[in-house]
Amino acid sequence: MIGELGLFALILALVLALAQGTLPLLGAARGDAALMAAGTGGAFGLLFFVALAYGALTLGFVVNDFSLAYVARHSNAMLPLHYRLTAVWGGHEGSLLLWVLILAVWNAAVAVFSRSLPREVLARVLGVLGLLAVGFLAFTLFTSSPFERLLPAPADGHDLNPLLQDPGLIFHPPILYTGYVGFSVAFAFAIAALIGGRLDAAWARWSRPWTAVAWGFLTLGIALGAWWAYYVIGWGGWWFWDPVENASFMPWLLGTALLHSLAVTEKRGSFRSWTVMLAILTFALVLLGTFLVRSGVLTSVHAFAVDPERGVFLLGFMALVVTAALILFAWRAGSVGLGGGFGVVSRESALLVNNVLLTVAGAAVLLGTLYPLLLDTLGLGRISVGPPYFEAIFLPLMLPLLLLLGFGMQLRWKQDDPVEQARCLRGIFLLSLAVGLVWPLLVGTWSLLASIGIFLGLWIISVGVKDLLARLRPRPQCQETRWMRARRLGRSYVGMQFAHAGVGLLVIGVTFVLGYDEERDVRMAVGDTVTVSGYDFRLESLERIRGPNYSGERATVAVFSGERALGTLHPEMRRYASQAMPIAHTALDRGLFRDLYVNLGEPLPDGAWLMRVYVKPYMNWVWTGALFMALGGFLAATDRRYRMPARRARAEEPRP
Amino acid sequence: MKLRFLWPLPLFLALVAALGFGLRLEPGSLPSPLIGREMPAFELAELRDTDRRLASADLVGQPVLFNVWASWCVTCLAEHPVLMELKRAGIPIYGLNYKDSRAEALRFLDRHGDPYRAIGFDADGNVGIDWGVYATPETFVLDRHGVVRFKHTGRLTPELVEETVIPLYRRLEAES
Repeated sequence: MIGELGLFALILALVLALAQGTLPLLGAARGDAALMAAGTGGAFGLLFFVALAYGALTLGFVVNDFSLAYVARHSNAMLPLHYRLTAVWGGHEGSLLLWVLILAVWNAAVAVFSRSLPREVLARVLGVLGLLAVGFLAFTLFTSSPFERLLPAPADGHDLNPLLQDPGLIFHPPILYTGYVGFSVAFAFAIAALIGGRLDAAWARWSRPWTAVAWGFLTLGIALGAWWAYYVIGWGGWWFWDPVENASFMPWLLGTALLHSLAVTEKRGSFRSWTVMLAILTFALVLLGTFLVRSGVLTSVHAFAVDPERGVFLLGFMALVVTAALILFAWRAGSVGLGGGFGVVSRESALLVNNVLLTVAGAAVLLGTLYPLLLDTLGLGRISVGPPYFEAIFLPLMLPLLLLLGFGMQLRWKQDDPVEQARCLRGIFLLSLAVGLVWPLLVGTWSLLASIGIFLGLWIISVGVKDLLARLRPRPQCQETRWMRARRLGRSYVGMQFAHAGVGLLVIGVTFVLGYDEERDVRMAVGDTVTVSGYDFRLESLERIRGPNYSGERATVAVFSGERALGTLHPEMRRYASQAMPIAHTALDRGLFRDLYVNLGEPLPDGAWLMRVYVKPYMNWVWTGALFMALGGFLAATDRRYRMPARRARAEEPRP
Repeated sequence: MKLRFLWPLPLFLALVAALGFGLRLEPGSLPSPLIGREMPAFELAELRDTDRRLASADLVGQPVLFNVWASWCVTCLAEHPVLMELKRAGIPIYGLNYKDSRAEALRFLDRHGDPYRAIGFDADGNVGIDWGVYATPETFVLDRHGVVRFKHTGRLTPELVEETVIPLYRRLEAES
């Protein structure tokens, strides 16, 4: 019964999405207020029925209904309840349902928070979102229903992939999808603006908070994925340039460009058609990523169940959506004004270069991701493009971008004086450079990469701090304290500062991990000690353990820094009842300046173990940096001016 | 409409076309270094009859299918009816029971039917490693000389069997 109820709810959701995708658009074209208002109701109804379907599938997992094929494949009776709840998105069909649910949530959120928009605009935005929901719901229903029955029902299910039985993975997919799907809102606003023929500062202002929130979630989702890979996969790596990672990284790069381009369009009215193009391209990359991950054209560690039918559907959907968007763009973009002019040295120029670099980086990642597939299509053999390509092409693009980041924050709109800016930033530049040259010597041998990393990281952070202090300096003519001035800083400014500081931390962390991590794979018996980067790791004991659905071994490793004991680590090797492969469970001791990482490799015949002992310097700077960036996105989205009623916002439109 | 704003469209359509062709490249037929080579040699205990052995030499003499499976693998269960169908079509299938327990594997065959001529019992997965198995089920097609001619990772679908496996098998049969 539960399954059929869920299926029925999904069908009703599809019907509602069809209504939401057509009626408001029709209403906006005819100026019919009643039809336009249908969008809001449709959005709430859609959310209700998709949530119902999602709840039905979850209930299937909770009560172990193995007559549902999807439940039987991804759960079993021994699986703890919290993993049964998260197993809902452990496979293709369920994760797609989660995807649709998140789309419905964004859709309803637009209906709630954009009430103050002109009703034609809101109607068009909801109409476009409705059409996107139609596509994804049809995909779910026709190719990937999670409610298919398996009769006769097996006595027990398979199991959730043990790699996925981890707290990190509870949050990774929902947050990543929230970011991923969130760009559909920016896309819908862009399409709505193209349909209405109004690409102006007001449009940019409406899109900005949605884009910032989606970007924040995507940042967080990617970081969580890397964090999960770091300690679950067990190689201590955290970014592999895997096609599926790239699938989420490409929209991130373009989304970052979009975020900055929207700022120019809002503040200065420039870059309009480019901004619309970016919104379209970002969402096109979201669709492309979905296609790559779920069609099986690329082989990857993340690959879902392979089914050509799904690939054809997704490819067709992507072709339809993006072609329509691009034709609409070609039709309308010609009539868009150019906005204010700007000089060579100005914030506009800096943001333009930022956009170019980010877009080129996105294109380079796209090329590297698709190159094996294109070669294969042309019959030139199967190859894989690895990290060397991506690193070789990515670093030269990121270095100027990071250098520019410091200058860009300082530059004025329209026109700035390069000589004065150079004088103003000279001190910070030289100081960062000097510290960058020396700091790596304190960690170990000098490395160019780490030096550049420290220099750029410090440069970005200190320019930000300088700018903040300049804004907080009390002015003699008005009676304001620093605190009062601090409270007057806009949230979008504070958000930008947070995100940029996060970039600085991330750069320092990444370059230090790349430059100084030490990895030792050693044979260890009880009582043995190994020294890595000045830390002594002693294997104290080994014991057998038994969990709810696995058994295995646990090691106790004591760590010393010289004579000082730093505590013990407990890496485990688990054998899940349902899986042939044993899964290593890493033990980590996280610290501000280093992570200690111990992983059980494999047992050796004489009772000893092959162990992986790593020291990863500055690893937490990477995570903290990513967290700051995401936080920056969320803060910026809550700026007061985005909440102003549309009428006032229009009145305050800037004059070019 | 201004044509200069239309330039992204052809680029995008070219990409879609390339991806469309990519889709037709049979997802799942991962390149195997074994294709065109003689199969890796093995000798294992037979799953159902512990006194017998199954060796790679037993697979030579006529074209055969070699299917890697396990009772714990739900995809293998989904694939099972297709194997039974192949058996009815008179195609000899040899099995490699991969990292499984004998009792579970026998119960699986009792309950769902047994399409195999003979099954090697590879409890520790060593033969699987030689064959490059990384996910069950996997199916190899061998010609009469024991050369690997085709490999498929994942479930054999009715379409795949109809369009690829059976025609290939008939062709190999006709080869002298």
